[in-house]
Amino acid sequence: MDLVSQYGPALLRGFGITVICWILGTIFGMALGLVIALIQRYAPRPVRWLIQIYIEVIRGTPFLVQLFVLYYGGPLIGLRLDALPAGLLGLTIYGSPYFAEIFRSGFRAVAHGQIEAARAIGMTEPTIIRRILLPLGLVSALPALVNFSIILTKETVILSIITVPELMYQVSRMSAETFRYVEANLVLALFFWALVETISRLGRRLEARITQHLIERT
Amino acid sequence: MQASSVEISKVNKFYGPFHALKDVDLSIPPGKVTCLIGPSGSGKSTLLRCINFLEEYDSGEVRIDGKLMGYDAPGRKMSGKKLRQMRRGVGMVFQQFNLWPHMTALQNVAEGLIRVRGLPKSEAEARATDALRKVGLADKTGNHPARLSGGQQQRVAIARAIAMEPQLMLFDEPTSALDPELVGEVLNVMKTLASEGMTMVVVTHEMGFAAHVADQVAFMEKGELVAVDSPQGIFHAPKDERIWNFLRTYRERNAF
Repeated sequence: MDLVSQYGPALLRGFGITVICWILGTIFGMALGLVIALIQRYAPRPVRWLIQIYIEVIRGTPFLVQLFVLYYGGPLIGLRLDALPAGLLGLTIYGSPYFAEIFRSGFRAVAHGQIEAARAIGMTEPTIIRRILLPLGLVSALPALVNFSIILTKETVILSIITVPELMYQVSRMSAETFRYVEANLVLALFFWALVETISRLGRRLEARITQHLIERT
Repeated sequence: MQASSVEISKVNKFYGPFHALKDVDLSIPPGKVTCLIGPSGSGKSTLLRCINFLEEYDSGEVRIDGKLMGYDAPGRKMSGKKLRQMRRGVGMVFQQFNLWPHMTALQNVAEGLIRVRGLPKSEAEARATDALRKVGLADKTGNHPARLSGGQQQRVAIARAIAMEPQLMLFDEPTSALDPELVGEVLNVMKTLASEGMTMVVVTHEMGFAAHVADQVAFMEKGELVAVDSPQGIFHAPKDERIWNFLRTYRERNAF
């Protein structure tokens, strides 16, 4: 009981920071991924090559390494960030190529004829992106977006190594101070399970909502 | 209704080494219905799509009311803005309807009026309602495409095109994806349009429609425009053996 009163508040605070990191990391990562996917679709070839290199490098290296480079290597080039902003930036960069690939395949799932129909009536490309490609592409991409967001929740634990005081950080501290490894990690597991379960339920509800008009019912 | 004419001369189109259109010449008079017939892969759809430049022809000329389509000069493509301007006068109906599934029938028809013509939403929706009434779908304005039959979807697609008040309509096998019992309702809408003096170019396998509604029929095979004639001439006195063969196969397939 002592443990609860002693470490409860810190664990809850840690969980709060985990959730915030996840939400902001997902939003920023998705936004960057969307921009990358649009550039990949429309930019001239040399630009697409540069972006492709970025995608390969980020996907080809562990998040842990990226975070170390950013947080401890950043100051060498004048990028001095506190732990939390560095963690968020890291999550954003780490997630962006995966989100970009998800958006890319979502766009590819949009029937070419629907784009042609828009061109045939004289719509401009930006309008086609906004009114046709994005809404339809997002619908196809949604399950994969939710899936990767869930994966991203669990990547947030790595932020503890650059001392972002999120849940993993608090759990490690509790374990080290009390040697109650099992209890501490059980708390970690329970919190994550609750978070992931909530996200996947919300995702399913959202999916049902936005596809209600797209499914043929006879 | 203003109606456009189209002059196609010496048009060639290549897909890599494949010669899809070979020196095609075709004159499409204003206010008339021109049907393009021929075996699959003969280049009918490619030719049709060259008229609104969804397909870029490699040489020759497509002129709509005298204006060169797609190019400023031979080999120099026109700006996107100019191309969009020219496409506004040309409506197109596709084999697969290509309605936007996230919009209702009304929104599908109003979209171009709002985004391309810049009409206020209320006026666009009023015009869209009129267009849908014209194709017999006044009671389906709120339905999404997934809640419409194929024939109804194709009629919405026709409404979407005519709401833009085009001077020329292109139909790319408009009934080929439909169940047989739904073909009639789409052809009827097309007949009404034809009777109002719309210039129409129709790629079709519906020989009955071509025979009864077309003012002229063009027969294509292997990228060549073999003959242009009255329906009477093509169907009852074909001058080329290839037409004869095509029609014989068609009759055999449809005989019972």
